[in-house]
Amino acid sequence: MDHVTFFALALPLIVVATMVVVHPSPVYSALFLVMTLFLLAVYFLFLDAHMVAALQIIVYAGAIMVLFLFVIMLLNLQTEPREQQRRGLRRAALIGGGILVLELFLLLRRLPTGDTPEQALPAGFGTVQALSERLFTDFLLPFEITSILLLVAMVGAVVLAKRQG
Amino acid sequence: MITPPPVNWLSLLPGLILTVTGLLILFWDLWMKPEERRLLAWLGFIGFVAAGIVSVLLWGRNESAFNGMLALDAYALFFNVIFCVVGAMTILMSVHYLETVEIQPGEYYALLLFATVGMVVMAAATDLIVIFLGLETMSIAVYVLAGMWIRRLQSSEAALKYFLLGAFASGFFLYGIALLYGATGSVQLDKIATAATTGGVSSLFLVGIALLIVGFGFKVAAAPFHVWTPDVYEGAPTTVTAFMAVGVKAAAFAAFARVFLHTFGSLHAEWEGILWVLAVLTMTVGNITALVQRNIKRMLAYSSIAHAGYLLIAMVAGRDLGGAALLYYLVAYGVMTLGAFGVVLAVGRQGEPNEEVSDYIGLGLRYPVLGAAMTVFMLSLTGVPPLVGFTGKFYIFSAAVQAGYIWLAVLGVLNSVISAYYYIRVVVNMYMYEEGGKTIEALSARPALVTAILLAAVATVFMGVFPSASISLAKESFLPPG
Repeated sequence: MDHVTFFALALPLIVVATMVVVHPSPVYSALFLVMTLFLLAVYFLFLDAHMVAALQIIVYAGAIMVLFLFVIMLLNLQTEPREQQRRGLRRAALIGGGILVLELFLLLRRLPTGDTPEQALPAGFGTVQALSERLFTDFLLPFEITSILLLVAMVGAVVLAKRQG
Repeated sequence: MITPPPVNWLSLLPGLILTVTGLLILFWDLWMKPEERRLLAWLGFIGFVAAGIVSVLLWGRNESAFNGMLALDAYALFFNVIFCVVGAMTILMSVHYLETVEIQPGEYYALLLFATVGMVVMAAATDLIVIFLGLETMSIAVYVLAGMWIRRLQSSEAALKYFLLGAFASGFFLYGIALLYGATGSVQLDKIATAATTGGVSSLFLVGIALLIVGFGFKVAAAPFHVWTPDVYEGAPTTVTAFMAVGVKAAAFAAFARVFLHTFGSLHAEWEGILWVLAVLTMTVGNITALVQRNIKRMLAYSSIAHAGYLLIAMVAGRDLGGAALLYYLVAYGVMTLGAFGVVLAVGRQGEPNEEVSDYIGLGLRYPVLGAAMTVFMLSLTGVPPLVGFTGKFYIFSAAVQAGYIWLAVLGVLNSVISAYYYIRVVVNMYMYEEGGKTIEALSARPALVTAILLAAVATVFMGVFPSASISLAKESFLPPG
């Protein structure tokens, strides 16, 4: 991943991520979050993590964002001018962000200068095929137990949701 | 083309039987007339009995399956039998109860079976990922079971509290697994054990262990991770409370002991201090708080916390002795607690749960059999000889003394003395007073429930008088560490 592509992706990513926080309408914020997640997925693609990129889009940008939008629309949130709450939030965000910047700074100082040599990846690293092969051979048992787990979650959701009937 | 790995069907068999029975119940429920629904209970009962019998037949095997993810050993089979007995007893207690509280039987029994599948997986798992999946399967099923009592608002509260705090605990547990993976490069227990003995222990490793203790501590309801217990136990349907108090606790201890006494056995010096403090805290908090409870389900909830403390003493003692004492005490705790909850069920009426300790006034005089059974359970929970609670505590405390934890044993005995107050109070209420409480109307005949109570009472007395068979079984089941 060369510097040009990195920054060509990074700039819009930062802009969109900022818009998530800054935009007054929660629906727009959620849509900006979708864009953020998409752009992050592109990074994963460049890092040879195809499966993670696909999951990022399907699970985060797909399923979880739909849930977000559902909740926003159910609660019928319009623009919220609650300044008081915002001020407290802003203070907390400043402190949290400040700590993060400090950590990054400390980490960057400990990094060796100059480019680290790229290491060759094993063949098929991070592809969907490589991952599914592991999933159906080495991790067959956890895979099947997960299917029971999901069934239980589904039955449970129906039982608790249809209680009025 | 992917070639599937060899499947060790025998190692899966008990879990498979339970899964298939659960699926059958789910489907049969759809075509069933409402008045025939009792048959579902018996189908579930047969499933539990079949899985239990298969586990007994598999006894003596010692195999590892699925690249070392699942074990078919005496330890797993011992716990399989416990879970199947607990499940079958829960069904016996549920048959009539479900109608009085208007719970849909189909999903209830199916979830009961699926929760047990999770437990079976937890006891047999030799891989942290598989343990986690078993834990989640069990927990999610139990979260839902706890919230199935529609008419009772506390039931929904219980389900939500249990779910939120449980999800939080799962997060800790997963974080611990991730750190252990980072420290050792594997999630398989035997590889982690090898890494611990050969490669030394990094701080990453220790933090991972500490996070696992938090995750397990939540599930076994050890202080200070116990705060959810009284509310959840009180709000959930009483049969589910019994299932949680015995089954979930046994499953959590099954995985807890396999990971800590086997895998981390060589690191005993690193974690025994933490568990020592947890054990003392759990016993003391449980017993002291139980003293002031008026609701019998809350009292039994705090009692179950206290008993988690005694079980932690066995973990601290460690080695063969502590492990065997742990397994034996889990059986002992199981039968007496199931029986006590059975009596609580028998006293309850439709729309009138009769869950206050004062509701038991005069009960023993009017219903001699029920009163005698409750007396047996309460005395056994206190640890009065010759009942099973006494022999169980005796083995735990002597294991602690032999391992050199004299003070721990002393604190355990002191706690048992405190606990006598609130257990005996129930007995005193039942026999010493005649007036002052509610007069509970004649208990309608519930053969299944009565059978369950009597079975538990007989087991409590029998295993207390003749402990040698069950203690040698527990010793045999607990594999030597390493």
